[in-house]
Amino acid sequence: MRKIAIYGKGGIGKSTTTQNTVAGLAEMGKKVMVVGCDPKADSTRLLLGGLAQKTVLDTLREEGEDVELEDIVKEGYSKTLCTESGGPEPGVGCAGRGIITSINLLEQLGAYEDEEIDFAFYDVLGDVVCGGFAMPIREGKAEEIYIVVSGEMMAMYAANNICKGIVKYADAGGVRLGGLICNSRLVDNEKEMIQELAKKLGTQMLHFVPRENMVQRAEINRKTVIDFAPEHAQADEYRSLAKKMADNELFVIPTPLEIEELEQLLVDYGITA
Amino acid sequence: MLLKHTTAEVAERSALTVNPAKTCQPVGAMYAALGIHGCLPHSHGSQGCCAYHRSALTRHYKEPVMAGTSSFTEGASVFGGQGNLVQALNNMFTIYNPEIIAVHSTCLSETIGDDLAQIVRKSIDEGKVPEGKTVIYAPTPSFIGSHVTGFANMCASMASQLAEKPAEEAAPLDQVNILPGWVEPSDMREIKRIMKTMGIPYVMYPDTSDVMDAPMTGHHEFYPKGGAKIADIKSSGSSKATFALGAWASEPAAKELWKKCRVPYETLDLPIGIKATDRFLAKLSEVTGTPVPDSLTAERGRAVDMITDMQSYLYGKRVALWGDPDQLLALSEFLADIDMKPVYIVSGTPGKKFMNKMESILGDVVPESKFKNGERADLFLMHQWIKEQGVDLLMGNTYGKYIARDDDIPFVRMGFPIYDRVGHSYFPTVGYMGAIRILEKILGVLMDRQDRDSPEESFELVM
Repeated sequence: MRKIAIYGKGGIGKSTTTQNTVAGLAEMGKKVMVVGCDPKADSTRLLLGGLAQKTVLDTLREEGEDVELEDIVKEGYSKTLCTESGGPEPGVGCAGRGIITSINLLEQLGAYEDEEIDFAFYDVLGDVVCGGFAMPIREGKAEEIYIVVSGEMMAMYAANNICKGIVKYADAGGVRLGGLICNSRLVDNEKEMIQELAKKLGTQMLHFVPRENMVQRAEINRKTVIDFAPEHAQADEYRSLAKKMADNELFVIPTPLEIEELEQLLVDYGITA
Repeated sequence: MLLKHTTAEVAERSALTVNPAKTCQPVGAMYAALGIHGCLPHSHGSQGCCAYHRSALTRHYKEPVMAGTSSFTEGASVFGGQGNLVQALNNMFTIYNPEIIAVHSTCLSETIGDDLAQIVRKSIDEGKVPEGKTVIYAPTPSFIGSHVTGFANMCASMASQLAEKPAEEAAPLDQVNILPGWVEPSDMREIKRIMKTMGIPYVMYPDTSDVMDAPMTGHHEFYPKGGAKIADIKSSGSSKATFALGAWASEPAAKELWKKCRVPYETLDLPIGIKATDRFLAKLSEVTGTPVPDSLTAERGRAVDMITDMQSYLYGKRVALWGDPDQLLALSEFLADIDMKPVYIVSGTPGKKFMNKMESILGDVVPESKFKNGERADLFLMHQWIKEQGVDLLMGNTYGKYIARDDDIPFVRMGFPIYDRVGHSYFPTVGYMGAIRILEKILGVLMDRQDRDSPEESFELVM
C-alpha cells in the first residue's frame, strides 16, 4: 500500500484536487482510501456525494471507546473508502490532538490492514501548524507527500514551510516529497515559476492543473469532475495527474528556500510587464 | 464520617467521576521500566508529572524511585520538547550512566504532538546516546486508559523495540517468555520460583524483584541488582512461546512479539486463586511438555485444605472489590470458588471485555453481583451500592479505607496503590502460595471482626 499525504495552504484546493485524483485512480481500478484530516470534515464530500458522514471524533465522543470500523469508514465513488477525522469547532479544543487521536484509532481498528488497498490518502488541513498536523508523516505513516500550490506568494510560502516540516521527519523516518501539484490561479508565468520552485526544492512539478469552471460546477453538484463530466477536458487533466502519481518514482528530501530566495523567484517570474 | 454525603440512591451520571479507581498512565510506564536492569525512567513533560509518579511508586513500594524529567516550560509547550529531551538524554547518560533510558510521554507532550520516535532517533544521530546504551520510548497520555494502559504500553515498547527478530531459518531457543503483568515484586519472585520448580527455561520481563524490594545493605545502589537484562529481552524474539499473564497489562506486548518475531502467545488470567493457577500451570505444561512437579501439586493441596477447613467462615460472605481488571477477574473467580460472594466490583480502567468476562465468571454463581468499569466506575458508585445493601468485606487499594471506616467494614488491602500497610512487596498473592496468603488475610480480618463483635457468652477460644 502506498500511503500519501497531501499538504498545502488553506483554500488552495487540496481536497478538490485529492478527490479528483482519487477518482482518477479508482477509475484505473485502484483501491483507494481517503482519510480527511481537517476539522471541517469536507475532504470526502465529492466522493460521498455530500457531508453525510459522521467523523471519527464525533463517533468517539458519542459512543466512547466502543467504536467499530464500519461506523467511521464509508464507501464512496467507485468503491473508494472514505473517513473523516473531524475535530473541534473553531476556537475551542485542540484540532492537532484530534488528528493524532483519530489516526491512532484508525490504526487500532485495523483500517490499514485491508490488503486490497493500493493507496491511502491523508488530506491534511492547511500548513504544518503543530505537532498534531504532522502526525500523518510520522514514521510508519505516510511515506509520500505532495504539496498543492499555486503561483501566489502565500501558497508558495506555505509550500516552502511544509518542506521544512518534511525535512524534520525525513531525518528520522522514511517520508519523502513526491512533487508539487500546481492548481492554477491564472497568475502570470505560473507554470514556469512553479517548475522553478520545484527545481529549487529538489523536486518536480508533477502536474499543472489548469483553472476551469467545470470544477466549480461539479463541486456544487457534490461530485468530482470525473464523476460529473467524464467527457470534459478537465476530467482528463485529473486522470493524467492520477496516472503520473501512480507512476511517480522521484522521491526526495526537499531543500527548503530562504525567504529572500523565494521573494527573488517571485520578482524574476512574477513581474512580466 | 468522612464520606457522609454518599447516598444509597444511585443516579445516572454522564460526566462526573468521584474518587476514581485508577491513576495516570506514566505511573505504570515508570513501574514497568524499573523492571529492566539498570534502567532510568524518563518523563517527557513538566516536572510536576514526574514528581507525582515517583512519589506514587515510592509510597507503595517504600523504595526510592529515580526518574528524569524533560522539565517542560511555557516555551517547550509552544515550540515542542525536542530540545529538552535531547539534552536530558545527554545529561542522564553523562551523569547517571544507566544501561537504558525508558522515556514515556505525558498529557502535555502528547497533546502538543511531540513524536518520541523522531526525537530519540535525532538524539542517537547527534551522538547523545553513547555506544552500547539504549533508549526505548512509549506513548502514555493519561487522558486515555489508566496506569494499567501505561504499564502495558511500556511493556509493548520493550517487546517491539528491544526483542530481536531471529534469523529466517533459526530454530527457536529452548525458552519461553513470561510477561507477568502488573504484579508486586514478591509476585514476580514467586512466578520465577514456579518456573524454576517446573524446570522450564524462561525470560521474564519486566521483573521488579530485587529492584522495588531491594535489601538494606548499608550503602545506596542507584541501580539495584534486579531487573530483566537487556540481552534477555532481546532474546525473547527467539523464544518458543509467550505467556501473557493478564490481558490488560501483558497482551499488547505479546502481540508485538508475535507481530515482530512470530513468537506464538497465550493470554492467560493472572494466576491468582486455585483455578487461574491451575490454568497457568496446565498451559505451561502443555506447551513445553513439562509435567507439573509434585511439590507444586502439594502446595495446591495445602491451599485447598485451608479452604476446606475454614469453609464456614467464608461461605456466603459478601465482598466489594475495586482495582485493576486483570486482578479483579482472577480474584473474583477465586472468591466465587471459595463460596464467597463478590457482589460489587469497579475498575476505572476501560476495556469492554471486562463486562463480558465478569459476566461469564459471576453471572451464574453470583447473579446478584453488580460490576462496572471505565470512567464512571468509581469508588463513589461502589460506596453507593454498599449503602443500598451492605457487604462483609472490602478488598482493594488504600483508597477504600474511608469506606471501611465510615461503614465499619473489614478491609483487606490488595492491588495498587497500598500506601498505608506493608507486606505486599514481600509476600506474593499469585500461585497456590499466594492463594494461601489471600485466604490468611481474608480470614484474619473476618475472624478479628467476629471476636470483636461476639457477646461474652459466645466469645470463642477455638475458631
